[in-house]
Amino acid sequence: MDVGQMQRQWVDYMKSLFMEGLLDGQFLQLKQLQDETNPDFVVEVVSLFFEDSERLLNDLTIALDQTDIDFKKVDSHVHQLKGSSSSIGAQRVKNACIAFRNFCEEQNIDACLRCLQQVKQEYCLVKTKLETLLGLEQQIAAAGGSIPMMELSF
Amino acid sequence: MSSASSSAAARKFNGDGAGDQFPVGLRVLVVDDDPTCLMILERMLRTCLYEVTKCKRAEVALSLLRENKNGYDIVLSDVHMPDMDGFKLLEHIGLEMDLPVIMMSADDGKNVVMKGVTHGACDYLIKPVRIEALKNIWQHVVRKRKNEWKDVEQSCSAEEGDRQQKPSDEADYSSSANEGNWRNAKKKRDEDEEGEDKDDSSTIKKPRVVWSVELHQQFVAAVNQLGIDKAVPKKILELMNVPGLTRENVASHLQKYRLYLRRLSGVSQHQSNLNNSFISPQEATFGTMSAFNGIDLQTLAVAGQLPAQSLATLQAAGLGRSTAKADVSMPLVDERNIFSFENPRLRYGEGQQQHLSSTKPMNFLHGIPTNMEPKQLASLQQSTQSLSGLSMRINASSAQSNPLLVQTAQSQARGQMLSENTIANSHLARLPSSVGQPSVPNGISNNVLARNGVAAINRGAAYSPISQTSSMPSFPMNQTTELSVSSFPLGSTPGLPSITSKGMFQEEVTSEIKGSSGFVQNYDIYNELSQHKSHDWVQNVGLMYDTSQLANPLQGNIGVSPSVIVHQGFSSTQQTGQIRDSTPIGKAMYSLGKGMEQGNHQNISQHLQPLVDNSARVKAENFPDANSHSNFFPEQYGQEDLMSALLKQQEGIGAAENEFDFDIPV
Repeated sequence: MDVGQMQRQWVDYMKSLFMEGLLDGQFLQLKQLQDETNPDFVVEVVSLFFEDSERLLNDLTIALDQTDIDFKKVDSHVHQLKGSSSSIGAQRVKNACIAFRNFCEEQNIDACLRCLQQVKQEYCLVKTKLETLLGLEQQIAAAGGSIPMMELSF
Repeated sequence: MSSASSSAAARKFNGDGAGDQFPVGLRVLVVDDDPTCLMILERMLRTCLYEVTKCKRAEVALSLLRENKNGYDIVLSDVHMPDMDGFKLLEHIGLEMDLPVIMMSADDGKNVVMKGVTHGACDYLIKPVRIEALKNIWQHVVRKRKNEWKDVEQSCSAEEGDRQQKPSDEADYSSSANEGNWRNAKKKRDEDEEGEDKDDSSTIKKPRVVWSVELHQQFVAAVNQLGIDKAVPKKILELMNVPGLTRENVASHLQKYRLYLRRLSGVSQHQSNLNNSFISPQEATFGTMSAFNGIDLQTLAVAGQLPAQSLATLQAAGLGRSTAKADVSMPLVDERNIFSFENPRLRYGEGQQQHLSSTKPMNFLHGIPTNMEPKQLASLQQSTQSLSGLSMRINASSAQSNPLLVQTAQSQARGQMLSENTIANSHLARLPSSVGQPSVPNGISNNVLARNGVAAINRGAAYSPISQTSSMPSFPMNQTTELSVSSFPLGSTPGLPSITSKGMFQEEVTSEIKGSSGFVQNYDIYNELSQHKSHDWVQNVGLMYDTSQLANPLQGNIGVSPSVIVHQGFSSTQQTGQIRDSTPIGKAMYSLGKGMEQGNHQNISQHLQPLVDNSARVKAENFPDANSHSNFFPEQYGQEDLMSALLKQQEGIGAAENEFDFDIPV
C-alpha cells in the first residue's frame, strides 16, 4: 500500500484507539515530545512501559497468590502501574488500576483477583494495539512518509 | 558566607537579571523509581531546555546532591518510592541543601498533597505530568533565591528597596520594627512587619535568617530560660542581647522553632527530656535553629519521632546553617527546654560519655570506620566557622544536629555529643569540627560513632558554648547526608560507617540498626529519647538530623543495637525527613540508654527505617518503648554492635528495615 494509504490508515487507527478509550491525551503529549533529535522516543518509552508493566503484573500475581496477602504491597504495585500507565496514556489500564486499588483498600481478595485479571486484559489489549500502531509508523517512515500530526479533537 | 553564596546563587537565577536565557539551563534533578515516568519526565524537561539529571533511587539522588551541593537548582521527586519515601527525601533535601523540591504522584488525595505541603515541598504535581506544568517550575527556584537574596541584602543594607514585605515564603515575622535586621530579610524598620509576616507558614522551610549555631544556641538558651510558653520575641531578644538582631528575626525564628518542637513532640512526647539534654545546657545551643529551616525538623521529628528535643538540637545545629532553614519550625522552642538543657543530665546520664568526646574525639566509633568521625571531629574543632559554613550547607538538616552538639556544654555535650557526634561525625566531616567536644563526650565508647558524630555535631552544632561545635552546624547540612549515610552505628557498633558515605550511611545505618531498632533519623530517636532523657537525645537528635547517621555513633552509648545508630544516618539522606528520622533513632538509641537499649534499638531501628526507606513505620512504632527509657544514651551500645549494624546496613538498607521491626523489649 502506498504511503498515503498507510497514513490514512494510521490516522483511523489512532482515532479508534482514542474513541475506545484505550489511549488518552497523554499519549499525544508523548508524541509531541518526539522530534528529529529524538525520533524514537515514543517507541522507547512504550517499550519501557511494556517491560515495567509486565514485571509489575508478575509481581502482582505472585503477591496475590500468597496465603497471607500483603495488601500494602499489592497496593503499592498497583499504584505504580497506575502511574506508569497514566504517563503513557493507557487510559483503560489506568482505570482498571484505580478500581483495583479500591478493592485493595477493602482487602477484598476475590475482587482483587478479578481486578488483576481485568488489568491484565486491558494491558494486553493496549499492548497489541500500540504494537500495531508503532509498526504502522515504522512502515510509513520506511516508505519515506511522515507521521501525521494528530490532534485530539473529539 | 551563606549569604554570599545564596546571593550569588540568587543572582544566578534571579529572574530579573540572571540572564535572558533563564530558565534555560535550569538544573533539574528528577527522582522516580518508575522508569517509564522517569524517561518521560526527562524528555519533557529537556524539551523545556532544562539540564536534567535523572535518578531511580532516592539515595542516589541524595548522594548526588551531597556531592555537588550547588549542582542543582531544583528537585522533582516521586512520592512513592520503594527505597525511600519521597517525603523523607524531601526533608533531607530541605535540611541539607535547601533546594526547592516538587513532589509528584499519581495519588491526588488531599492527605498526600497536604503532606507535601507540611514537609516543605514547593509544589505538588499530579501524574501524569504534563509538559506545561514543567515549564513553570523555574518559578520556585527564583522565589527561593529571591528570599535568600533578600536575606543577604538585608544583612548588607538596612533598607533595601526590595524588602519585600511579605516574605511570602519567609518565615513569619511577627515582629515589629526591626532594629537591625540581623540578616533578616525583613529589613524594614517599621512596625508593620508584624502584620505582614505573621503567618506561620514558615514552617515550610523558608530560610531567611541566617542563624548561626551560636546564635541559635543563645536563642534556645533564652527560650528555655523564659520557658517555652512565655518565650516572647521581645524577651528573648533581650536575653540574647545580640546587637543587630531584631525582634522580627527572633520572632520568625521562634515560630520555626516552635514548629520544630511541635513536630518533634509529635513524634514522641517525651521530648522534653531529650530536649534538655539536647540542647546542652549551656545555652541555646540551638542558636541556629534556623538551620532546621530547610529541614523541617518538625517533619523529621514527626516522622522520625524525633523527640522534640532532637529537633531542637538539630535545629540548633541547623542554625548554624545559614540558610536558616527554619523549616523545622520552631516548635522546638517548646521542646527546647527539654533538650537543651537537660542535656547534661540526660545525655550524659551516663556521665562519662561526655568525656569521651573530649578524650577521643574521633575515635568514638572505636571500631567503626566512620569516616566522619575523625575528620569531623577534627574539622569541628577547627573552626566554628566551618560550622557556620556548614550550617549553610546543611541547610536544613544539619542545623539541627549541630545545635545539639554544640549545645551540650562541653561536658554534657559530650554525652550528647556522642550521639550527636556520632551523627555529627558523619556530618562532621563536613563540619569544621572545631569542637573539642567532638570527642563525643559520651563515655560511651561504643558510641564512638555516635560520639564522633556527636562530637562533630557538637562542634559544629550551634552549640556556641562549645566552640567545637562550630563544626557542627554544618552538620545538619552536610551531615544530613552523612548521617543518613553513615548509618551511625548507634553506638553499639563502633564500626558504624557513620557518616562517611552520603547515602551510604543510610544503608549502613539501616543494617546497623538492625539490632537497634532502626535508628531512625535522629528525630525519631530523639523524640523517643527526649522522653527519656532529653539530653542525649537532643544530642542525638541534633546529630541525627544532619547525620542521621551520626545517630549511630551515639548509639554506641545507648547500647542500643547499632542498628539504631545506623538508622540515624539514614535520616540524613532523607533529607527533609532525614534528620528527623535518623535523629530520632539516634536519640532513641541514646535515650534508651541503658535500660532501654533493647527497646531502643528497636525503636531506633525502626526509626531509622523510616529514614532509610521511608518506612516510617519503624520510627514511631518502636519507639514507644524507647521512650520509656529516658535515656537513650547508647552508652552501652557497643561499638561492635554499631559496626555490625553499620555493616549490615551497607549491605542493604533494606536489611535495616528488617532489623527494626523487632520490638525492643524495653
